[in-house]
Amino acid sequence: MARGADVFARDPLIGGRPAVPPAAPRVGLADLASEQRLPVLPGLASLLPGGGLRRGVTVAVGAAPGVAGATSLALALAAGPSQAGAWVAAVGLGSLGLVAADALGVVLERLVLVADPGRDRAGWASVLGALVDGFDVILVSTSTSAGSAGPVRLRPADARRLVARVRERSGILVSVGGDLPGERSPVSLTVSAARWEGLGAGWGHLQGRRVTVETGGRGDAARSRRADLWLPDANGHVTPAEPLATPIPLDSRRRRHG
Amino acid sequence: MAEATRTLVVWCADWPVVAAGVSLDLPAAVLRANRVVACSPAARREGVERHQRRRDAQSRCPELLILEHDPAAEARAFEPVAASLEALTPRLEITYPGSCAFPTRGPSRYHGGDRALAGRAAGLVRGTLGGRVPVRVGVADGPFAAALAARRHRRGRRADRSEDLALVVPPGESAAFLAPIPVTVLADEGGPAGAALVDVLERLGVRTLGALAALPVAEVVGRFGSEGLHAHRLAGGEDGRPPVTAPPPADWTLVAELDPPAERVEAAAFVARGLADDLHRRLAATGSACARLVVGAETEHGETHERVWRTEGTFSALAIADRVRWQLEGWVGGQGGWAQRPSGGLTRLWLAPEEIVPAGGRQLALSTGGPGMVDPIEAGDRASRALARVQGLLGVDGVRVPEWRGGRGPGERVGLVPVAAADVTEPRPAARPSWVGEPWPGTVPAPAPATVHTPPLPVELIDAAGRPVAVRGRGEVSAAPAAVAAGDRSGRRAVAAWAGPWPCDERWWDPETHRRRARLQVTTADGTAYLLVVEAGRWSVEATYD
Repeated sequence: MARGADVFARDPLIGGRPAVPPAAPRVGLADLASEQRLPVLPGLASLLPGGGLRRGVTVAVGAAPGVAGATSLALALAAGPSQAGAWVAAVGLGSLGLVAADALGVVLERLVLVADPGRDRAGWASVLGALVDGFDVILVSTSTSAGSAGPVRLRPADARRLVARVRERSGILVSVGGDLPGERSPVSLTVSAARWEGLGAGWGHLQGRRVTVETGGRGDAARSRRADLWLPDANGHVTPAEPLATPIPLDSRRRRHG
Repeated sequence: MAEATRTLVVWCADWPVVAAGVSLDLPAAVLRANRVVACSPAARREGVERHQRRRDAQSRCPELLILEHDPAAEARAFEPVAASLEALTPRLEITYPGSCAFPTRGPSRYHGGDRALAGRAAGLVRGTLGGRVPVRVGVADGPFAAALAARRHRRGRRADRSEDLALVVPPGESAAFLAPIPVTVLADEGGPAGAALVDVLERLGVRTLGALAALPVAEVVGRFGSEGLHAHRLAGGEDGRPPVTAPPPADWTLVAELDPPAERVEAAAFVARGLADDLHRRLAATGSACARLVVGAETEHGETHERVWRTEGTFSALAIADRVRWQLEGWVGGQGGWAQRPSGGLTRLWLAPEEIVPAGGRQLALSTGGPGMVDPIEAGDRASRALARVQGLLGVDGVRVPEWRGGRGPGERVGLVPVAAADVTEPRPAARPSWVGEPWPGTVPAPAPATVHTPPLPVELIDAAGRPVAVRGRGEVSAAPAAVAAGDRSGRRAVAAWAGPWPCDERWWDPETHRRRARLQVTTADGTAYLLVVEAGRWSVEATYD
């Protein structure tokens, strides 16, 4: 023992420092779980179990009937992983507003667009299959309004295979405009209300949109959560919105003054 | 000190413009990612320069003909030139389309000296291209000095003599020839150093190659690392890299058999992509990369075609795949009348790296291993492999990446380019918002819409009395809009609030591309916001704030 210590003390690399090799960092379950999650923007963290996007998951992003905002929400959801270095592919979203994507936080240097994966269903399945191998986040349009290529052309069997492949390759699939055909996503985010601010009768300009996002799903996402967001705010970013009115309980006020 | 290889460089000035088939007397510019990469002499006289933005170039020269950068077409057009020079040497290296080099030792002795050889080379290229294309030849110690000799040669008065097209720097005098040349040439096309290095050198007062070469080599390495060493060696007239003592082992050569034979270039190029990827990965696994590469192809009738490609930096997987595609397009799609086209399908492709150098720069940063973070280099390589497959399924135009451009409309400020025209494994400054300066006047204020309709969806905008709303010449609406209706007046929606118009009068100096438009922001009763645009009295929905 003493000889061992002596050797360490004479080692020029270790010098005079205590001759105890550094302990390996402890790896806890929480760390392993966070390894499996990609970060999201701070405004969205409260909506997702674990505060991030679990790898291998399929997320449905939509909006309540008559409410817009699904595309912005999907872009905001992809922004966090994108800023962490992930590559994002957008499939069937030929009308994506790229200036908005940049403002919401998606890194355009790592964004790739496949506007029209072909007329036939086999084309969609093979293109999405190839992209799952290479991309961490894939946005795919499932609604007619969001993209020029029309709704996702996937048979339920192809959709099931795609979801399984996403799970196996640890990617994240975001279906924009609702669930994939025949699938029920384990996590779903819905814009339930939206209101634009800043526009008057002939004056002002659009400054920001206050939205309420509600979540649902299965497993650890089963508990419904909701959050008020500016999507986008005056700069085009996503920020949490303070609730419209905070009721102050009567007895608390009395206590403060008494 | 290592003796630099005596090299001859043939350089065709303004090659991208020539390859596009445009007369050099017309003002024309070739753009890539909204920046001028080459322009014709006529455009240069009007003040168009390389690296200029499109709008700057157009403001200097309104009648400027804009051409898109197409490296494949440039390589295809260059193939007859390369084929003609094969009469002089079997060892022709193509640096990039428009410039090629070969060592002069053997050919020079055969043809009676460097000057005679240079004259013959210039004559051959002129014979292939015709006299209209400006061709220059430079001979010096090492390809870097030779390329500069070719580029900087101003031809003599007697233009009809091929010898006058060549500048021969006598052996041993390359360092003196390079000394007065500014250091900015190091960052030029195919150059060895980045703009960052040149920028720092200039700010330190090291403005010429001579000043750089005069610095002690140890100090240069200490301050700038291997990139600095490379630049220092070139500036002193030496070979950029220390000579390779041993040839690369033969087993680096990768061969792909094509069965059935590939009749179309796309099919062979698709195989080449996988081959390039494989080669790059194998080299990267040993910490090295390729700087000179032989690309070969063979047809079912035994015809072969080989070219040496060289770069001052190192080839990425995508760059290798591009070289193969260019070469095959040049051979199979042969433009030169006498250049032999293959008579059958391609059965074999091979890639043989000739010069292997340590891969620099692309090391994993230690800080990227945090939880939830993505390893950027691994992610980029993975993405580019997937993109290669999707391109194989959908064609080159099926996959696009964004690039910033100037403009006012939400769809004009970011454009899309085929992913084949951008190397996604390298940083792409054109995809960063800093690429364009301040927003243009007349831009609708932020936030931007998340859905941009291309083409815009036609609608009608009517006032409370049911009359169409018009925007007058002075930029005001004729009446407050009350409802938006689809073209057939079916889904009529009441307007809850509106603002604008934002008029924009674009390219008023050019009657053919002149556009007058005005934009209006509108929210409908259900709370959805739209960006409407009116042009020539017709309204359409340009974007939805989805």
